[in-house]
Amino acid sequence: MSAADIKRKEKLIQRIFLVVAFSSLFSLFLIALFIFVEGLPMIWKVGLKDFLLSTRWSPTKGHFGIFAMIVSSFWVTIGALLFGGPLGLMCSIFLVEFSSARMRAVIKPALELLAGIPSVVYGFLGVVYLVPLVRDYLGGPGLSLLTSCIILGIMILPTVISISVDSLVAVPDSYREAAFSLGATRWQTTHMVTLHAAKSGIITALVLGMGRAVGETMAVIMIAGNALKIPLSPLDPIRTLTSNIALEMGYASGLHRQALFATGIVLFFFVMALNMIATLFARRKVLK
Amino acid sequence: MSAKTVVIEARDVSLRVGEKKILERINLEIRRNEIFGIMGPAGSGKTSFLKLVNHTFRAAGMALEGALYVLGEDVLGEDVNPTPLRRKVSMVFATPVVLPMSIFENLVYGLKIQGIRDKHTLREAAERGLKAAILWEEVRDRLHKPAQKLSGGQQQRLCIARAMALSPEILLLDEPTSGLDPISTFRIEEALKELKRHHAIVLVSNNTKQIARVSDRCAFFLMGELIETGKTAQVFTVPKEKKTDDYIAGRFG
Amino acid sequence: MTPRRAEHVAIGLMVSGAFLALAILFFIIAVIMIKGLPHITARFLLDNPMDMGRAGGIFSTIVSTVYLLVVSLVIAIPLGVGTAIYLTEYTEEGKITKIVRFGTECLAGVPSIILGLFGFILFVIKLGFGWSVLSGGISLAIMILPVIIRTSEEAIKSVPQAFRDVNEVLGGSKWQGVTRLVLPNAAPGILTGVILSVGRGIGETAVVIFTLGTSLRTPFSIFDSGRSMAVHFYILAREGISMDNAYATAAVLVFSILIINIFSYYLMHKFVEARR
Repeated sequence: MSAADIKRKEKLIQRIFLVVAFSSLFSLFLIALFIFVEGLPMIWKVGLKDFLLSTRWSPTKGHFGIFAMIVSSFWVTIGALLFGGPLGLMCSIFLVEFSSARMRAVIKPALELLAGIPSVVYGFLGVVYLVPLVRDYLGGPGLSLLTSCIILGIMILPTVISISVDSLVAVPDSYREAAFSLGATRWQTTHMVTLHAAKSGIITALVLGMGRAVGETMAVIMIAGNALKIPLSPLDPIRTLTSNIALEMGYASGLHRQALFATGIVLFFFVMALNMIATLFARRKVLK
Repeated sequence: MSAKTVVIEARDVSLRVGEKKILERINLEIRRNEIFGIMGPAGSGKTSFLKLVNHTFRAAGMALEGALYVLGEDVLGEDVNPTPLRRKVSMVFATPVVLPMSIFENLVYGLKIQGIRDKHTLREAAERGLKAAILWEEVRDRLHKPAQKLSGGQQQRLCIARAMALSPEILLLDEPTSGLDPISTFRIEEALKELKRHHAIVLVSNNTKQIARVSDRCAFFLMGELIETGKTAQVFTVPKEKKTDDYIAGRFG
Repeated sequence: MTPRRAEHVAIGLMVSGAFLALAILFFIIAVIMIKGLPHITARFLLDNPMDMGRAGGIFSTIVSTVYLLVVSLVIAIPLGVGTAIYLTEYTEEGKITKIVRFGTECLAGVPSIILGLFGFILFVIKLGFGWSVLSGGISLAIMILPVIIRTSEEAIKSVPQAFRDVNEVLGGSKWQGVTRLVLPNAAPGILTGVILSVGRGIGETAVVIFTLGTSLRTPFSIFDSGRSMAVHFYILAREGISMDNAYATAAVLVFSILIINIFSYYLMHKFVEARR
C-alpha cells in the first residue's frame, strides 16, 4: 500500500467513527423532533395558556389543562430532593471523609446496587409497606405526594451519591492537610474546606438527582394516587406529568394522544433545563 | 550498502511549534556501523530530533525547514509513507514498554501487523531479535510466558529485541537505560556494541558517561542548537566549544 | 457547641445516614427474596404464564427479556464503543468532542417515559414495526447508549498511551493499534459497562411497555411482541393479579440484577488491578 492509500484508509476509518460518534446526538435530535412534531399542533390548537395554566384535564370533553400536573411534578421533585439530598450527602461525606478504604470498598458498591433495583420494585414496595404506614399514622389515602417524595428520594440516592462522592474525592488532600495543620477537626475541615471546594460538584449531583426524580414514571404511578388536582397538603394524591403520559397512552388517540406528547414536551423542557444547569455547574468546577 | 555509508543526514533542520523553537538549523551525519551519541540537558531538542527521524513527531502548529535524509529519503515532507520507514528505523523508549502478552507475541508484533503469519518466519525473527539483544539464553525456554514477568532490565532488552526482530537498518534509543540498575545498563551497552556490527545506532542520553563509554561519534545539543559534533574521544578530551566542556565537566545540565 | 461536640454529632449523623441507606437496600432485597424465593420453582421458570399470569410460570417473559436485551446490545455496543473510540483515538479535544459529550449527557438525562413515547411513535407507528422486539430493542439501545459510551471511554482512556506509541514505532497504523492493542486491553472495562447496561435494561419498564408491548406469547421473530419480566411484574402488581407470582417475578428480577452487579464489580476490580 502506498502512503496515499494508507492515509485514505485511515481517513475513511476516521469518517466512519465520526458518523458513529454522532449517534447519540442524532438520537437526541430525533427524540426531540418526534415529540415536538406530535405535540406542538395540539398546543397550537388549544392555546398555550389553556394548556399550561388550566387545571381541567378531561380528554373526552376536549379539555387539556396540565397545570395541576406541573405543580405536582414540581412539588414531588422538590420533595424528593428534600429526602434524598441530605441523605445522599451524608452517605457521600461518610464514605469519603469518615470511613476506611476497606469499609468504602464494601459500602460504595452496595449503595450503587440501589440504582440497579428496578423502579417498579420501588413502586411496589412503596404500595405494600409505605402507603399503609402513611395512611394509618398521618391520614389521607396513603397514596400521596409525601409517599412519592420518600420513594423518589430513595431512588435518587445513587445519582446523588455517585456524583458527589466523585467531587469530594477530587478535592486535593493538600487542602485537608492544610486545614488539619491549622488545628481544625475533621468535621471542621469537611464543612469549611472540603464541602466548599466540592460545592459545584455537589450542586451538579443534586440537580441531576432532581432530573431523575422529575422523569421517574412507573414507581410514581403506583404510589401517587394519580388524582387530577393541585395538591394542597403532602397527604393529597397527585398525578405527575410522567404518570399522566403513561396512564393514558395505552388507549389515547387523536387529539388526546397529541396532548400526551405535548405533556412530554413540557417534561422534556423541565429535564433539559435541569441538565443545562448541571452542565453549567460541572463546567465551573473545571474552570476553577 | 558498504561500511561507513551515511544513513541519516540532517541539513539545516529547523523545527518550530507555534512560536517556540525546538530545533535550529541542525546539520549532522550518522553512519552505518557506528553508535552515534546525542547528549544534552532536558529540553535541548534531542528527543524531538529522534522523533523526526522515524516520523513520529506530532504537535499542533509545527513547522519544519531543511531536509532530513534517512536512508536516502527526505522524511520531513507530508507525503512520507511512515510504515516502511518505521520498519527500517526502529525505536526504543526511555521506559520499557512491554505489551501485555507473551514474550513471543511481543517479539513478533511488528511482523504480524505486516500480515506475516508463517510460523517459521516469526520464530526465526523472534530468535534473531532476542540474540541481538543478548536475551536469548535467559528466556529461550519461556517464550510463551507473559512478558510483564521479566525484570526491568530484561524488559528493556526485550524492547530492543522487539525492534531488532524487524531487522531494521537503524535503531533509535531514547535514554534506554535511564531507569535501570548498573548491571542491566551494562548488559544493554554490551548489546549495543554488538548491534553496531550490522546497524546504525543513535543513542540519546543525558548521561554523558554513557555517551563516552559506548559511542563512536557524538553530538551535543543545547536549547535546540547543535553545539558540537565529532569523534567521541575528541569531543570528550579536547572539545572545541566552551559550552561542551562545561556540560561534560558537569558545570550545568 | 464545642468543636469536639460538633465533631461527634456530625460523625453520628453521617454514620446514621449511611446506615439508613444501607438498611433500605437490605430491606428491599430481603423482602423480595423472602416473599419471592419460596414461589420460585423449576416449573415457575420453565412454564409459560397462564390465565394472565395468575397461574403458570414466567418462561415467555424470560425469553422476551433476553431477546430484547440481545437486540438492544447488538445495536448499542457498536455505536457506543465506536463513539468512545472516536472520542479517544480519532480526534483532538475540541468542539466536536464537546458537542458529542454534551449530547451524550443530555441523552442520559432523557426520562424513560419520553423514550417510550418516542419509540412508540417512530418505530411502532411511523415505521410500522408494531409492538415488537425490534421496536423495543432500538428504544432500549438508545437508553443504554450513554452508559456504554461513558464506560467504554473510561476503559479506552485507561489503556497506557505507551502501547499506542509502540504500535506506531513498530510500523502499525492507527487502526491496527486500536484493534490489536487498545480494544483488547479495554475489553474488561467495556464489558463492565455492557453488563451494567444489561442490569438497567432488565429492570426498565416505561420504555419497554410502549415499544415491546405486553403480549404473553413467546416472541419468535424480531417483529413479534412480547412482555419483559419487569413489565410482567408491573402488570401483576398493579392490577393485583397474583401477589405470589408478582413477588416471585420480582425475586427473579432482583436476583439477576444482583448477580449482574456483583459480576461487573468483580470484573471492574480485576481490570483496575491489572492496570496497576
